[in-house]
Amino acid sequence: MKLFLTTFVAGLLFGMGLAVSEMVDPGRVTGFLDIAGQWDPTLLLVMGGALTITLPGFYMVLKLPGPWFAERFSLPTKKDLDWRLIAGATLFGIGWGMAGFCPGPALAALVTLSPQVVLFMLAMIAGQLLAMLVEKYTRPL
Amino acid sequence: MVEPNYTGGLLGGMLIGLASVLLLAGSGRIAGISGILGGLYGKWTDAERHWRIIFLLGLVAGAGLVSVLIGGLAVHMQTHGIPLLIAGVLVGFGTRMGGGCTSGHGVCGIARRSKRSLAATVIFMATAIITVFLIRHVAG
Repeated sequence: MKLFLTTFVAGLLFGMGLAVSEMVDPGRVTGFLDIAGQWDPTLLLVMGGALTITLPGFYMVLKLPGPWFAERFSLPTKKDLDWRLIAGATLFGIGWGMAGFCPGPALAALVTLSPQVVLFMLAMIAGQLLAMLVEKYTRPL
Repeated sequence: MVEPNYTGGLLGGMLIGLASVLLLAGSGRIAGISGILGGLYGKWTDAERHWRIIFLLGLVAGAGLVSVLIGGLAVHMQTHGIPLLIAGVLVGFGTRMGGGCTSGHGVCGIARRSKRSLAATVIFMATAIITVFLIRHVAG
């Protein structure tokens, strides 16, 4: 119960952050990405604001013997760069630049009930499923 | 020209950071939205699925709460129709293949001082900037 409550509150704060920072607005995001136009630094402040909390916060939390309400920390184990990371990040960046949406803000923007946002979400889920299918047939290399 | 939102950006960013630290401290999980969403349709146990659903419901509720408080969220779509669908597929495919998005790599991964996450963040920022440049200043 405590685990679910903390998880819900974390989600709640995350969603509030996306809305307060206006990252739910793809116009804000492309405004930041458009360095040759009238550059909007808002996204930089969002990243900076988040990192000022997560950098010391993660450092302190990861010194604990374990999380409060779970057995252990579930952290990514991969350490090295591989072609999947590079190709994946490249493709994600292209899509992000085209639409101004990344997964979190797109999900948060669903509250507007805009059909366009729903369309984007469905395409995004299709893309994830497609990548899972590709993974199945290309691993292990 | 849209005025930069310094206060909202900084405050919202700090809320996102706080949420990520809280999730890690409480459940030991990384607040990477693409991974949390992608984990919904894999072969997972109920416990794995439930925390994901709860977090994502919280996220939508949080955005909804702010929307109610300030009287609606501004969402200016940058593209429509087929290009929007292509962008969605690229975001889904790319974040799955690259193991994360702006939150998982950009906010949490960099905070863990992960080399992979720093590289991913630099790469997707760069390709996104190039994409916007091509759309607005070359093709447009």
